[in-house]
Amino acid sequence: MTKKTSAAEVGQIDPGTGKPDPAAAPVNASLSADQRIALYRLMVRIRRFEERSLRAYQAKKIGGFLHLYIGQEAVAVGCCSLMGKDDHVITAYRDHGHAIAVGMELNPLMAELYGKATGCSKGKGGSMHFFDPARNYWGGHGIVGGQVPLGTGLAYALKYKGLKGACMTFLGDGAVNQGAVHEAYNLAALWDLPVIFVIENNGYSMGTSQARSSAGELARRAEGYGMAWGSCDAHDLYEVRAFMSGFLEKARNSCKPAVVELRTYRYRGHSVADPDNTYRVKAEIEEYRKVKDPLQVFQNRLLAEKVLDDALVEKIDAEARAEADVSADFAEASPFPTADDLQKDVYWEADNPSQRKSGGRLFFN
Amino acid sequence: MPVLQYREAIRQALAEELTRDPNVVVLGEEVAQFHGAYKVTEGLLEKFGPKRIVDTPISEAGFIGMGIGASMLGIRPVLELMFWSFYSVAFDQILNNAANVRYMSGGQIHCPIVIRGPANGGTNVGATHSHTPENVLANHPGVKVVVPSTPYDAKGLLKSAIRDNDPVMFLENTILYGDKGEVPADDYLIPLGKADVKREGTDLTIVSYGRPVIQSLAAANLLQQEHNISVEIVDLRSIRPLDMDTVLASVRKTHRVLIVEEQKPFCGVGAQLSHMIQSEAFDELDAPIARLCTIDAPAIYSPPVETEQLPNPQRILKAVIEVLD
Repeated sequence: MTKKTSAAEVGQIDPGTGKPDPAAAPVNASLSADQRIALYRLMVRIRRFEERSLRAYQAKKIGGFLHLYIGQEAVAVGCCSLMGKDDHVITAYRDHGHAIAVGMELNPLMAELYGKATGCSKGKGGSMHFFDPARNYWGGHGIVGGQVPLGTGLAYALKYKGLKGACMTFLGDGAVNQGAVHEAYNLAALWDLPVIFVIENNGYSMGTSQARSSAGELARRAEGYGMAWGSCDAHDLYEVRAFMSGFLEKARNSCKPAVVELRTYRYRGHSVADPDNTYRVKAEIEEYRKVKDPLQVFQNRLLAEKVLDDALVEKIDAEARAEADVSADFAEASPFPTADDLQKDVYWEADNPSQRKSGGRLFFN
Repeated sequence: MPVLQYREAIRQALAEELTRDPNVVVLGEEVAQFHGAYKVTEGLLEKFGPKRIVDTPISEAGFIGMGIGASMLGIRPVLELMFWSFYSVAFDQILNNAANVRYMSGGQIHCPIVIRGPANGGTNVGATHSHTPENVLANHPGVKVVVPSTPYDAKGLLKSAIRDNDPVMFLENTILYGDKGEVPADDYLIPLGKADVKREGTDLTIVSYGRPVIQSLAAANLLQQEHNISVEIVDLRSIRPLDMDTVLASVRKTHRVLIVEEQKPFCGVGAQLSHMIQSEAFDELDAPIARLCTIDAPAIYSPPVETEQLPNPQRILKAVIEVLD
């Protein structure tokens, strides 16, 4: 961390790696101070939201699964901050970070976790199924790898319509061995679809480490399909942005797909139901937190850049905590959906009765 | 009126919808250069070009999932399964993603896809290629399920299916592809969820769909000629949505019901139907509801025995007489 922050100035070579500091990459160098602060604030808001949702889960306000994004914030914020108007995002079940990164408000997200009618999916999707098509965010999908063909289809639609956009299709390191993922790789490469498969490698597919689950380098499998690929450490927001921007440009402008691996880490268990005491040691988590915590790394950079000061850091944090608390209050005060809502949002035709063309019964006892 | 084969009627529906809506695209294995494994899509590549008629690799989970994703952004893909039996390798895409994405997003997304292809036994291709999954599909709220029995129905229903904003599973039949019937050349639609009385009668109602409708018509003619039994035949055409009004009207007329389906009996479409008929027209029934299904085993290869495993006119005739005895 120190080495990185010492190389914060634009154009300087990082003495630790000998590589150009990603802060100097045009995509980062062009950021205004306000934009840098906004990116930092997004990561803080994700973390405070996740911490608040964990407390709500422990207070039994939230049912089912809760897969927390804590530790991985630089991935979603770094990638989604590069989105243009025709760029799209789809991800798996650890989807809160991406939702906040694309601009969704915390209130409907927390309300969704509480299973309330004011939730982003009206309480019908839950933690794993956040969606906001108006922000080009297509979920939030529960089956490992199942969203990867969908993301490929979003890219297909972009190309079909002649739009200069790309779809970032996020998947976990545990998804790379699913057949649907490889089928999607093949289609993307075969038809030059503007999709970037972003493997968020947090090291563990649930409780099975990468070494115990996946042969070879994860992104290198792209070579078998003749696709571009790359990997990078993803705890430094600048590095994520610098790394991703080239792939995005190629996808948008030349319809070139790619597989990229972003190495990250999660501090919490696979879900909150995972006691996290069988497959890794606490020292490993502490080491990452101490050296590579994405919030701390970026905070240090912005402090060094004099974009942030201690007072502003404190203020952003306090505001994020307050906003997360407000979202929990909002969720708490919101009504649950009713049994009458169960059969809404199943069929488009049933939801639009004046435009219904079919006859007969759609629902059965 | 022009007489077309069932496959030609489907092709005409595709061509008309491709012409009408530039967002309609046909994807599937061998649909373009090869002209379709069953020649349904013959000539479409030449007419509409490779952007609209797309050969896919043998990769059902991949291209069906891709079609679902594309539909979320306004494309209207018609996805051909060479056999519906291959749906099992795309099960997660069809029945987790297409069926559920509207619900899980709280109604923010709709998924206007059609998945079409043949689903039938009777061609001696063994158990893996002879699945009839309409019951499995219809068990999933969020999808619609259509099974046409005639060329006329196939065209009108497919055009409606392509214009539908919900995912429609369209189950054809390889044995019917060569069947001929009158098909108007103009742009007509048959709404989903409207059953059709294919034959009027007074003694017993056969409720059926797909190829067993054609077999039931043959049996009904024999029953009329040789046994003086008058059979009414209700062709459901659409399994979900389901037109129970037409079924119940016929039950009230004949008071006896035989359900004929090319399904295994356990948890088949007929099980749901017989439940609904007894529940809603119990007092109208003069006999227990009877079912004639595929005999409950994986599809056998042996050609003469497969004929006996499936519904056929002789089995139907016998079943009708048993109900009336």
